[in-house]
Amino acid sequence: MYHAIVFLPLLGFFIAGLLSFVKNNPASDKVAQILTATLVSVAALYSIYAFTINIVDAKVVHIKLFDWIAVGSLVVSWAIYVDPVTRIMLVVITSISALVHIYSIGYMSHDSSKPRFMAYLSLFTFTMLALVTADNFLQLFFGWEGVGLASYLLIGFWYKKPTANAASIKAFVVNRIGDFGLALGIFAIFYLFGSLDYQVVFSKAEALATGTSNISDTINFFGYQFGSINLICFLLFIGAMGKSAQIFLHTWLPDAMEGPTPVSALIHAATMVTAGVFLVVRCSPMYDLAPDVLSFITLIGASTAIFAASVGLVQNDIKRVIAYSTCSQLGYMFFAVGVGAYGAAMFHLFTHAFFKALLFLGAGSVIHAVNDEQDIRKMGGLSTYIPLTHILMIIGTISLMGFPFTAGYYSKDAIIESAYLASSGFSSYAFIVGLLGVVMTSFYSWRLMFLTFNGKSRIDEGNLSKVHESPAIMLVPLIVLAIGALFSGYLFKNYFIGSSSELFWGHSIALHHADHHDIPFLIYYAPMLLGFIGFFLAWYMYLKNKQLPHDLAKLNGPLYNFLLNKWYFDEIYNFIFVKPARATGLFLWKQIDGYIIDGFGPDGISKLVLNLSLRAKKIQSGYIYHYAFAILIGVSIFITYFIYKGI
Amino acid sequence: MIQLEQFLILSSLIFSIGVIGIFLNRKNVIVILMSIELILLAVNINLVSFSYFLGDLTGQIFALFVLTVAAAEAAIGLAILVVYNRNAGNVEIENINSLKG
Repeated sequence: MYHAIVFLPLLGFFIAGLLSFVKNNPASDKVAQILTATLVSVAALYSIYAFTINIVDAKVVHIKLFDWIAVGSLVVSWAIYVDPVTRIMLVVITSISALVHIYSIGYMSHDSSKPRFMAYLSLFTFTMLALVTADNFLQLFFGWEGVGLASYLLIGFWYKKPTANAASIKAFVVNRIGDFGLALGIFAIFYLFGSLDYQVVFSKAEALATGTSNISDTINFFGYQFGSINLICFLLFIGAMGKSAQIFLHTWLPDAMEGPTPVSALIHAATMVTAGVFLVVRCSPMYDLAPDVLSFITLIGASTAIFAASVGLVQNDIKRVIAYSTCSQLGYMFFAVGVGAYGAAMFHLFTHAFFKALLFLGAGSVIHAVNDEQDIRKMGGLSTYIPLTHILMIIGTISLMGFPFTAGYYSKDAIIESAYLASSGFSSYAFIVGLLGVVMTSFYSWRLMFLTFNGKSRIDEGNLSKVHESPAIMLVPLIVLAIGALFSGYLFKNYFIGSSSELFWGHSIALHHADHHDIPFLIYYAPMLLGFIGFFLAWYMYLKNKQLPHDLAKLNGPLYNFLLNKWYFDEIYNFIFVKPARATGLFLWKQIDGYIIDGFGPDGISKLVLNLSLRAKKIQSGYIYHYAFAILIGVSIFITYFIYKGI
Repeated sequence: MIQLEQFLILSSLIFSIGVIGIFLNRKNVIVILMSIELILLAVNINLVSFSYFLGDLTGQIFALFVLTVAAAEAAIGLAILVVYNRNAGNVEIENINSLKG
């Protein structure tokens, strides 16, 4: 069963990939679309089955497929390792992926290279599954790079668009920074523990922390001594930051919205960007031994949550708003991890996948309806034209804002409560920021909804008549996701964070038990109340008093611009990194390589040889008597020489 | 009695005529061949005279070898010239410069 889950998408990738060489053939397009969607759907059904089993019996399934790399003491096998954490990821990945595959059949109906798109989606699904089913860090790294590749290919799917190319390269390059940290972390693990298997590493790390092992508890890094586990956890977290778009390494995520919308839903909302959270949760036994790094994660996560939410307040691109929302929600997951609430983080990952994929696919439906317009200032009043999409997006939004009894309500509450109860570093900062973020989340989500669906339409007459509801093949996945966004929290809260959590998780994560009964009444209801405040603020500003946002923007010009330009992160990075790198590159290219190396190297030598031979050829006159003369002169010189030397 | 010096003077005179023949001749390839024969002749005279005056037969035998080689060389050289003449229509040295770089 687990073999099928992992390898069916790979099969789909191969077949669709081969079909992509058949050009302009509707039949092969259809085959590729239906086949990949079916294969991933089968994997999804298997995953759901595996997940339901987990509720009854959380046993670990460990299948070693083959030895992948065996060099000296480094033995890495290719494995399928399934524990509760993996099962959650499996069900999230395959079900969202299956829905996105189906949705894409409708969404990409006007595209000319459908099999290629489906092949990339399936490739992504396979590599993501390889990532989560790894039993060692190297296979995880394979998956990690594989999803990065798939993300690159899909962001740049419309490769004729220069902005899409730039965005895909940016995503790849920014991810490299994180991956560098991850790779260093894996090196450090192998250096210290001599193995890459999770179980071996975690048990050795525990032995190290309790002082019952002979492994050095400090490690020399760049000439400084660091605590071994601290350094490893920190480096792994750098990798997680890159993949999960945490502050400082987040700049690629909003730009990644250049890709087709189903891609944004699958990769940049539900699955790939949560790989960082998965990594930290997977390594939770080790992270628990590094409280300093956990404090750092809390700080970064909370800062990302508030930063991204604040930028989301003023963005005008429908997908960018949701992208910043994703970034912000990832921040929530990370500070949940940081305060030790691994279960809550996974719970939020689980629910977030549903409602964020729903929002993205809904946004895709809107974009599809209004003829590829993404600017919410040019929408408005769409609720009468596309009522079903409107309702589905409302479901996604209330779940995101934490409306009572929706999925987001349970998971976000759990995170904020854990932050309140925790006493680790920066936990109170995370708590306050988390509450503030709730207002902002609710505000920007409803701002998006009101500007898109309510009020007077700002679409010009000609286009307005063409606005149409999406076909059923796009709406059905939305409805399934909406069900998930409504009920996934209520149904599973006991297993993830409630009374059954110990049975559910087994030994797969480090569990901390906090007493829930000492939470003050106000704190308990604060997230919900703040969510409503955000809603009313948005309602007042965008439906009631429509002049207010403009006045506010004018009144707080610098602040507004600061937020609109995303805290000037791109500009600062351009100034600090991109421009100097470009200038250095140009200098090395033109001056060092072109002028010095080529000038004195290959080009110079060939020029010199040519020059010399041009001169030498003048000696060859072709007249016999010249040669004879040369011979005789030579002979006389030799004779003179030997006479004087006296032989 | 003719002295060794007189032989040597004769041979060097013939050698010089041969060399000058190669140098100053701008007309005809056959003249160059003849000049080479003269140079070889000068060498032969040297060999034979030294052999005679030193009482060692080796030099004379060597002279016979040189004659053989000279004959072969003349045969090949003239054959080349005949073919060249057939191709180019003349044996003017001024026109033979296809080796020019």
